[in-house]
Amino acid sequence: MDIVEELLKGNRLALSRAITAIENEYDEALDIMKKLYPHTGHAFVLGITGPPGAGKSTLTDKLARAYRAQGKTVGIIAIDPTSPFTGGAILGDRIRMNGLTMDEGVFIRSMGTRGSLGGLSHKTADAVKAMDAFGKDIIFVETVGVGQSEVDIVKAADTTMVVLIPGMGDDIQAIKAGILEIGDVFTINKADHDGADKLVREMNMMLDLDGMMTDWRPPIQKVIASQNEGITETIENIEKHFKYISENGILTKRRTERSKNEMMDVLQSSIGSHITKKLIDSGLMDKYVEQIKARETDPYTVVGGIMKDMLK
Amino acid sequence: MEKRIRVLVAKPGLDGHDRGAKVVARALRDAGFEVIYTGLRQTPEQIAEAALQEDVNVVAMSILSGAHPHLFPKVVNLVREKGMNDVLIIGGGVIPETDIPALKEAGIAEVFTPGTPTSDIVEFIKANVK
Repeated sequence: MDIVEELLKGNRLALSRAITAIENEYDEALDIMKKLYPHTGHAFVLGITGPPGAGKSTLTDKLARAYRAQGKTVGIIAIDPTSPFTGGAILGDRIRMNGLTMDEGVFIRSMGTRGSLGGLSHKTADAVKAMDAFGKDIIFVETVGVGQSEVDIVKAADTTMVVLIPGMGDDIQAIKAGILEIGDVFTINKADHDGADKLVREMNMMLDLDGMMTDWRPPIQKVIASQNEGITETIENIEKHFKYISENGILTKRRTERSKNEMMDVLQSSIGSHITKKLIDSGLMDKYVEQIKARETDPYTVVGGIMKDMLK
Repeated sequence: MEKRIRVLVAKPGLDGHDRGAKVVARALRDAGFEVIYTGLRQTPEQIAEAALQEDVNVVAMSILSGAHPHLFPKVVNLVREKGMNDVLIIGGGVIPETDIPALKEAGIAEVFTPGTPTSDIVEFIKANVK
């Protein structure tokens, strides 16, 4: 099977195999990405992040259904944590989305973080591109359950939605840096639980204090995802945001920034692996490590020398 | 990054007992596999489609209702129809010994009955996955 050709024709197995090649960094992955790249840049990428148990998957399921009702095709990448000890993972986000499995307009892929700490996996962005090239109109990226500082999603998404739930702490939590700063749209899920209104007030206070606020004030929507309440309003908020960033040149700026990040990521990993291989093949790696360990030299001097030798 | 074994753990049919499936899922996770857990009451069509989207190496099903002679072979056929010929398909649950030869004939690679140590399942997957 020619993966790229089949993928572009709409073959779901080809899309699936392409993501596997990307994720496992098979030799053919680079070639696949090269060929898919010209076909990307059309999808709207929605990031969904928030603490574990906030209802991200349930919300994703409901939002995906709403977009399907509009006739849009949907891709979903759902990320769950990989064990740092065994490398294994339980990828359980699909459980909340089983009703979407038989809809041919939806493609769901679960990914483990595989050592990445920013809430995504290293290969999430490339998997998004594969779905984009496949022709998905909207691609959801659901992060792992995050704590306070896993904010890689902003680099991958056009619009980032932060999902919160009542009862997770006092108002000092709301003024800390981190995930609360990255929300373009806020959703307070499980709004039938105690403390939902209090959380809305605290979030509003946080936004009032935001000195960097642009013309876009992130809306805060109360939702009960399991009962489909607040979903229409949430979609409206997402669409308003997308309209806002499209009309103000922010989308272009974000995507330019993303192109730059993509290039720098590829550059850094290529240079890194090129030099590492040379050091290992020439036996210099062990020599340098021994010298550093014995305090005969230091890592800074060694790297300075390597840079001079290899990058002339 | 090396290839990682991906396993779909699913409960086809209507029985609501997923304790065993969860224990197996956890054991497979601890063996370093990526386990996609889809939960209860899945149709064979849903299982096959999820296997395709997740590009799994193994489909592991658990049934305690007695519907295995019908549902297990159906999943095998649907998965193969989707062009996934290399996927290892295994089953477990309350399954009479006398039913096992027919299930194997239908393409279930192995059947694990109550009392099987989870390490046996891990070893079987490692030895047979393509």
